[in-house]
Amino acid sequence: MNFDYTDDQRAIKSTANEFLANRYKMEKVRELAEAGEYDDALWGEIAELGWPGIFADEEHGGQGLGQVELTILMEELGYALAPAPFLSNAAAGLMLAHAGSDEQRQGWLPGIASGERRGTVGQLSEGVAPLVPDADSAELIVLLDNGSASVVEAGDAQIERADTIDSTRRFFRVQADGGEPLEGDVDAAVARVEVALAAELVGVAQRAMEMAVDYAKERKQFDRPIGAYQAVSHRCAQMLLEVEGARAATLYASWVADHEPESLALAASMAKAYAADAGWRVTASSLQVHGGIGFTWEHDLHFFLKRARTDGSLFGSPRTHRDRVAELAGLSRSAAAAV
Amino acid sequence: MDLTLSPQEQAFRDELRAWLEENHPGSEPEGDEAAFEFRKEWQRELADARYAGLSWPEEYGGRGATLIEQAIFNEEMARAKAPMTANVLGLVMGGPVVIAHGTEDQKERYLKPILTAEEIWCQGFSEPESGSDLASLKTKAVKSNGEWVVTGQKVWTTYAHEAKWCMLVARTDPDVPKHKGLTYFLMDMEQDAVQVRPLRQITGEAEFNEIFMEEARIPDENVVGGVGNGWAVAITTLMHERAGLGFGSAIALKIAIGELMDEIRERGLDEDPVIRQRIAQIYIEAECLRLIASRGLTQIMKTGIPGPEGSLVKWQWSDANQALTELAMDVRGREAPLVDDHWTYRFLRARANSIEGGTTEILKNIVAERVLGLPRLR
Repeated sequence: MNFDYTDDQRAIKSTANEFLANRYKMEKVRELAEAGEYDDALWGEIAELGWPGIFADEEHGGQGLGQVELTILMEELGYALAPAPFLSNAAAGLMLAHAGSDEQRQGWLPGIASGERRGTVGQLSEGVAPLVPDADSAELIVLLDNGSASVVEAGDAQIERADTIDSTRRFFRVQADGGEPLEGDVDAAVARVEVALAAELVGVAQRAMEMAVDYAKERKQFDRPIGAYQAVSHRCAQMLLEVEGARAATLYASWVADHEPESLALAASMAKAYAADAGWRVTASSLQVHGGIGFTWEHDLHFFLKRARTDGSLFGSPRTHRDRVAELAGLSRSAAAAV
Repeated sequence: MDLTLSPQEQAFRDELRAWLEENHPGSEPEGDEAAFEFRKEWQRELADARYAGLSWPEEYGGRGATLIEQAIFNEEMARAKAPMTANVLGLVMGGPVVIAHGTEDQKERYLKPILTAEEIWCQGFSEPESGSDLASLKTKAVKSNGEWVVTGQKVWTTYAHEAKWCMLVARTDPDVPKHKGLTYFLMDMEQDAVQVRPLRQITGEAEFNEIFMEEARIPDENVVGGVGNGWAVAITTLMHERAGLGFGSAIALKIAIGELMDEIRERGLDEDPVIRQRIAQIYIEAECLRLIASRGLTQIMKTGIPGPEGSLVKWQWSDANQALTELAMDVRGREAPLVDDHWTYRFLRARANSIEGGTTEILKNIVAERVLGLPRLR
């Protein structure tokens, strides 16, 4: 048993960390977030690194790696808070790779893997998908509807910009009829998207925790660094507990996706529920540690808090996932009342 | 990353499972004395199979087991609901300390009777005025005519009434900073100058004791690790106490969750959304603590240095176990205060979880100072 990354995985992590720290400095993130835009040139660089197809088969233009490698990238992207259409495109890729037909994979995966013809995923609720990331720049949209999924071409959909609290990403309201169904195991594919989101949440929470700890060491009140007071230091310790729990649960779910798919549904729901709560609680607690300055627009923390809260709502709230955990752990329900 | 067991680890687990199936002694008899005898007998069987001092080197009757094998052992014991051993403290703390810090004579003298439960050990660390601030302890040992004379009081000593040996930390030099004036002794409990009084706890039973020492005698050869090194030696025992406990406790928690789910179903509450949310959260936390402990093992095997995992796991376990027993009370509804055969006991006993073996507040301090590098107030 070994919970450590391989040398290759470690190399992916350090490359991603350096690249993102260099390209998505906080000023750049802020500039993009305030404009509500992405940087196409940076996307070109990300595509050149092969990230969009990290999990896709080599025959479809991907790198042929797995969910663990995707988790490594997602965590770093969350840590950097990179505004980029990565998650949306990866989600579409995961849906096609794991629930699409051979033909659908051949048709769409190479464009997703190269980053040139991107995709996205939305969840329908009464015929409308209210919160679809990056739909305006995608060529295909996978729409999920209660356990089934279909692919529509973006040109056939009505797309309208939707304002969310998270301005580091671009969301849209999408309405479309028909589409081509995905015949494979939709739930298993969605579980992989949930794990990717959990990984992003781990990165966001890690960064917010580091910001809190750094601030607690340097900010002085009553002649002492505030981190010397247990009311503050215990808050920071709580952040570590939650970040480490979310990371361990997410790594486990990623490994399970690659090696033990029969356990994926439960592992993915555990990871997403815990990471979503951790993401929100750690960023909110970090704001409290920062005090007044943390509530200002000028401070960067609010971008993390908003991203965490938004990620938490995508692909199942913690409440939904906990209910699924209860179910899979042994409390079945007869009348499957939707939560 | 590879979360499967290696062929050797799998073989170890299969052998252990088969052995347990063959040798599981069933459940404990009623009554403290009978239960203790039962645990002694069980430990002797474990020792014969070299499972008692699993991590001990082979020359001392152990298997030199890896951390992962120890984790597997704890998991399998919890899964099989195997009884406790009689000499837990000797096996988990006393033996490892003698192996790490003891002289050859001490190893020769003490290790075997620990394994076979012939001599029971207890731990004399905490005092009424020195709980979390252990290094402030006041029990003093003075050297006179080649032996040590000990006077003071210890508290929260498990098995003191059964014990032959006490791992005692006492102050041997009052004139140096508090961590430096301590010495670690092995004190013979069978002397009139040592009085043991049971300490009744909120469950009504007496798992623990107080020890009163009035000029108790300890020969000089019973110092472990040298005079003045008591703090360093004691810290090793505390580390041994925390290491590897995570796996057994995670599985025990899972078993209790399963039992509570049965209770929930029997009471027709399985579709109650609030109950479902709460039990799912506890289930997730149990899983997280198992996974944090696993990642910690990988870290220790790689670097040789235990990380913060021991503290995180113990903290999360106590939170989760308290949440579980509170949920059990809520599930039992208006019958909750009626004493039943296990939930009411567990509910009360769980209140100690966030105190024993390091209070949650101290664990948070450890995480804040040693992992996050936050400044100390003291």
